[in-house]
Amino acid sequence: MTDTPVPDEVVEGPPIHLPPSISDVEPVLSVRTPIRLEYDFIPSAAAQQYLRAYASKRILGNRSPVDGAVFVPPRGVDPRNGVVADEMVDLVDRGHVGSFCVTHLPIPGRKDLPVPYVSAWIHLDGADIGFLGLVAGCAAADVRIGMRVRAVWKPDAELGATAENVLHWEPTGEPDVPIAEAGNRAWALKQEATGGGDGA
Amino acid sequence: MATVREVAVVSSAIYQVEALTFTTDVQLMVPLINEARSAVGLTQADIGFTCSGSSDFLAGQGFSFVQTLDAVGAFPPISESHVEMDGAFALYEAWVKLQVGEVDTALVYSYGKSSPGSRRDVLAVQLDPYTVAPLWPDAHAVAALQARLLLESGAVSAEGLAEIAVRSQHHAVGNPNALRASAGATVAGVLSEPVVSDPLRPSDIAAESDGGCVVVLAAGDRARSLCERPAWIRGIDHRIDAHALGVRDLTRAPSAALAAEKAGAGDDRLDLVELHGPTTSQEHILATELGLGADTVVNPSGGALAADTLMAAGLVRIAEAARRISAGGADRALAHATSGPCLQQNLVCVMEGE
Repeated sequence: MTDTPVPDEVVEGPPIHLPPSISDVEPVLSVRTPIRLEYDFIPSAAAQQYLRAYASKRILGNRSPVDGAVFVPPRGVDPRNGVVADEMVDLVDRGHVGSFCVTHLPIPGRKDLPVPYVSAWIHLDGADIGFLGLVAGCAAADVRIGMRVRAVWKPDAELGATAENVLHWEPTGEPDVPIAEAGNRAWALKQEATGGGDGA
Repeated sequence: MATVREVAVVSSAIYQVEALTFTTDVQLMVPLINEARSAVGLTQADIGFTCSGSSDFLAGQGFSFVQTLDAVGAFPPISESHVEMDGAFALYEAWVKLQVGEVDTALVYSYGKSSPGSRRDVLAVQLDPYTVAPLWPDAHAVAALQARLLLESGAVSAEGLAEIAVRSQHHAVGNPNALRASAGATVAGVLSEPVVSDPLRPSDIAAESDGGCVVVLAAGDRARSLCERPAWIRGIDHRIDAHALGVRDLTRAPSAALAAEKAGAGDDRLDLVELHGPTTSQEHILATELGLGADTVVNPSGGALAADTLMAAGLVRIAEAARRISAGGADRALAHATSGPCLQQNLVCVMEGE
């Protein structure tokens, strides 16, 4: 730790002077507010379709009715235009790393996630935004933008309507996507090619 | 008030139902936002500032309003803000932004979907966290304490409260966004209902609804070009009373009276008021604090008693009052919004036609 030490008097705060009438009562050190709130959460139609398909190793996206951009996971809306996007698109379980981050600090309680681990935006073939996942099956130092990857699914018996079906993404060994065409740059290039707008 | 820039409500959209079981906040707001914008021929690109109101305690998740921004079309990036309050307070922020003069239009929206949880419990978390919230009192019980004090003060009788409930149910007939409407409601009928939280009966307590509301604001000539008869905001103010229930006279709402005074409510006669009173007792307190004349119509929409969408009921009051001005049915109207327990915080918006 390199933080400047905090003086004790600051940590403990200024002395508290109680009025004489309550000076001998037991001090209150904490208050418990035992309010418990329960919710019946119903996912959106898009999320329900997505999770059910994901349980059988299918990845669904939504296509924008405005410019055809494909969003994954589907949320039933094109957030750039504020319009309903309910067309579902089947996507393959392979793509490339659009961007990534190597983490060296463990998450408390996640013994299944040894450090360093790599989280990445996986740009699935046919999708126009990244899909968050872990990259494994190679050294963290070997992960790079443009690297081709494929999904490593849980065993079939463990699949379910949950976001946890893909354990991680592993390298395919195919040639990299050039950096200039990787990740969000792909959408800008596609828009240039078709004479579209500013891109997403 | 001091010299202010002319700002008006030029468009609105309201949707309230008993429960939006399978509809998400985003699915609710996409059509509503588009309805309010397109009614005056605007797209998001024409909006200078966007401000919303909602509560994570209703959604049951943090930063829930960020997902709902999907409904706006926030790309390219927009100038945007959010309040964890009723949308009427988001409208106040947008009004201030318009006063600065850098933008001419604003989009205000708010929504509340309380049906997935228990709103009587959710409202307990807004109470003083040291001496009241640990008791976990439900919202009806807290409102009933206030109603009991009001009745015992002699300010109003049980029949007087029932008359408020009956008037709301009569006025709500024909309002597509009202949940509780009845042309045949009577004082005797209301008084025969079993109490929910003594002395409050079901008709004394607002009908719980899910829903949302959108208001488009515009300044000066921009408003005139968008709308034939804009509802000009002549005064808007909000004030707050003490949080702890024990230090307040719960039969009064001084902050409501002060907000009304600062907004210039008493400068001229009011054709109508839309009050955000979640119980008949609170509506009575508000009417008293505002000193309403006998010729002022109270809650022509039925008010919050007819449908109370948490986080939106106050903005709905502004939209309902503005619509009546724009339609030519009123020249001067007051809309009110409240927040916090027992009318703790109050906003008053005075609007006029031209």
